[in-house]
Amino acid sequence: MRRRFARTALLVGVAALVAASCGGDDDDESGSEASSGASGSGEPVTIEWWHIQNNDPGLSLWEDVAAEFEADHPNVTVDITVYENEAFKTAIEPRLQAGDPPDLFQSWGGGELSEQVDAGLVRDISDDVEPWIGDLNQGAVGLYQVDGAQYGVPFDLGMVGFWYNTDLFAQAGIDEPPATWDELLEDVQTLKDAGITPISVGMGDKWPGMFWWAYLALRNGGADAFPAPGDEAGFGSDPFVEAGEQLQELIELEPFQDGHMAAVWDGAGGQAATMATGGAAMMLMGQWAPGTMSANSPDGNGLGEALGWFPFPEVEGGEGEPTDGFGGGNGFAVGADAPAEAIEFLEYISTRDIADRWGETNSGILPVVVGSEGSITDPNLTDVLEARAEADVVQLYLDQAYDPELGAAINDAVELLYAGQASPEDVAQSIADAAGG
Amino acid sequence: MLPAADSSSPAAASDPRERPPGDAGPSPAVRPGVVPPAVRTGSGRVGAAWRKRLTIVAFLSPALALYILLALVPIFQGAFYSGFDWNGLGPLDEFVGLQNYREALADPVFLASLRHVFVIMGLSLVLQLPFALGLAFLLNQRMRGRALLRLLFFLPFVLSDVITAIVWRLLLQPAGLVDQTLEATGLVGLVQQWLADPDVVLYTVFVVVSWKYFGFHMILYLAGLQQIPQELEEAAALDGASRAQTFRYVVLPLLGPTIRISVFLSIIGSLQLFDLVWVMTGGGPVGASHTTVTYMLDRGFERSQFGYGSAVAVIAFLVSFVFALGYQRFVLRRDVAGALTAMGG
Repeated sequence: MRRRFARTALLVGVAALVAASCGGDDDDESGSEASSGASGSGEPVTIEWWHIQNNDPGLSLWEDVAAEFEADHPNVTVDITVYENEAFKTAIEPRLQAGDPPDLFQSWGGGELSEQVDAGLVRDISDDVEPWIGDLNQGAVGLYQVDGAQYGVPFDLGMVGFWYNTDLFAQAGIDEPPATWDELLEDVQTLKDAGITPISVGMGDKWPGMFWWAYLALRNGGADAFPAPGDEAGFGSDPFVEAGEQLQELIELEPFQDGHMAAVWDGAGGQAATMATGGAAMMLMGQWAPGTMSANSPDGNGLGEALGWFPFPEVEGGEGEPTDGFGGGNGFAVGADAPAEAIEFLEYISTRDIADRWGETNSGILPVVVGSEGSITDPNLTDVLEARAEADVVQLYLDQAYDPELGAAINDAVELLYAGQASPEDVAQSIADAAGG
Repeated sequence: MLPAADSSSPAAASDPRERPPGDAGPSPAVRPGVVPPAVRTGSGRVGAAWRKRLTIVAFLSPALALYILLALVPIFQGAFYSGFDWNGLGPLDEFVGLQNYREALADPVFLASLRHVFVIMGLSLVLQLPFALGLAFLLNQRMRGRALLRLLFFLPFVLSDVITAIVWRLLLQPAGLVDQTLEATGLVGLVQQWLADPDVVLYTVFVVVSWKYFGFHMILYLAGLQQIPQELEEAAALDGASRAQTFRYVVLPLLGPTIRISVFLSIIGSLQLFDLVWVMTGGGPVGASHTTVTYMLDRGFERSQFGYGSAVAVIAFLVSFVFALGYQRFVLRRDVAGALTAMGG
């Protein structure tokens, strides 16, 4: 009996041990890498780096860059984790909630970065980067500032514009891309009359459709029309209602591919695939479009020579400059506990040499180091770069400029417009309401 | 030892079964007549009771610890978060009481997502399960290729939800295989924007869900049918019952427990429907195929409204919980009678 008791006690003990080891997961890790402030020598340091360049050439380029940095800094290990864009957003969330962000991680700046700053998850690097941040495109650098302090560094800045199939335009007898919104509506009708689907849009992802609405609002009211974060009731104002009316006019022409309400941007039957296989004549998308089109075409070549680019047309009577652009890019935020070496690594990433290497890939990453523009040889990307250079204002994508909640509310409201279930006033008003609540 | 354990206590004395004086009453789990010598004395009986408890605790605790950590704690955490306006980052410092619940119950998209779940549930009960039952009945007959057919119908269930969703997304895209098949068979009029039309998408989802799960219910029914003794049907036949009568009055009642479990699993499955919908439609277009769970993920994760998402999760949990308890209490009462009453003894 005594022996049995002992055995029972042992079992209980084991069970308690199991329970204890289950519960004790959260208190490791955080202590090990908090060596901030140390100078870049001596002790072994690991830089945890999360990026989203999950396809070549970007994937290999970042690997090379990390290897080069490690070679120059024998005490440093760069621990790379790569995610696809959407997967990254899901994966980073628990790390942020645990208060343990990676040392360097993908960031688009704007509202999301601002939330991370509020939560104390990212590091103010203003002083560290001060000697070299001036070498970068200041519009791009500004996206990573919150209240004047620098929390991240960009390596890419692009703009949304029209990608079009020059063959299909020619087939419909259109010689010049449209310069005004009215011309665009006319061209849409001309393409339809020629039996060509004018526009490809992936409403399953919502944001590709939001670009149209946001760009129209930018043309109607200029960048000043976009309310400052915290004052979002301004989304109920005229430029936004008018944008809805103009977009509704387009939607009523039924210019989109079949099944566009369920189509995604990147995937089988999606917006990029439709465009890449000649299923539609144009689409509104960012500088990454050629790369995605290639990945979504049977021969891996996209539209090849037939692909052209033009900026979003002017809206007559609008207050916005026709050169103003919608855009955004990629960069890295610095985790609150990141070691000093992480910032040295950022400096290395931001050198002209690496920017040129990015440019030479012509993959849609438009480097932000001043002077590296010449490294890009693809004519369409050169057009985008020119438009970027001409733009006085680059308005950040709305779902990144504002907090995720409002960004999603904008996407949802515009989706209703595409589905014919809301009026332009409803759209503007529901966004303003979402901001208020 | 404590006096209460003394063998002369009234409880032991009033035991109707005759015992030699000094013998302790049997401990509950020990059958009369096989009382081991070790528990004959009063102190031994207490030790046995304690040992028994300890053994129970020891064997339960690993499972219990996991259950508490992975099921109970998150439920209470979720309930706790649901009282806050919280974006998932930083401290929980904006307590809003029941505001999140009020918002959810006033949001037409959330209410629609509940409605969608009940539509899928209703259609499953009315169409999918009878279809599976009919198939099971057919495949229970002696026929050539029976095993192969069973395997074929069961096959979709083996696929993961995500693969099913991706495959069907491809089949259902405009001018995809489904549309082409309809056109080739002269049914052009039936071609729809299966996933892109808000009026159609929910029914498309239902068809895919049914395609995936009818095989599972069919196998359940087949197993149930095979437990019905052949003699009963033969006896019914001898008594002059028609096949329909045999089915109605012999087979169906004997299949009752299986059907009740199958209905239970189907309803719970509908309430928890997620992967398939999330991958196939993401809840869209315009929320027309949201289930409560896709809605929760959309609001919670995609929008970083973790407080609100938690409130939605709690509501979804309560709906499932109340239903499951009610169903067990009233419908499954006879089937689970042994399992539940044993605990009281």
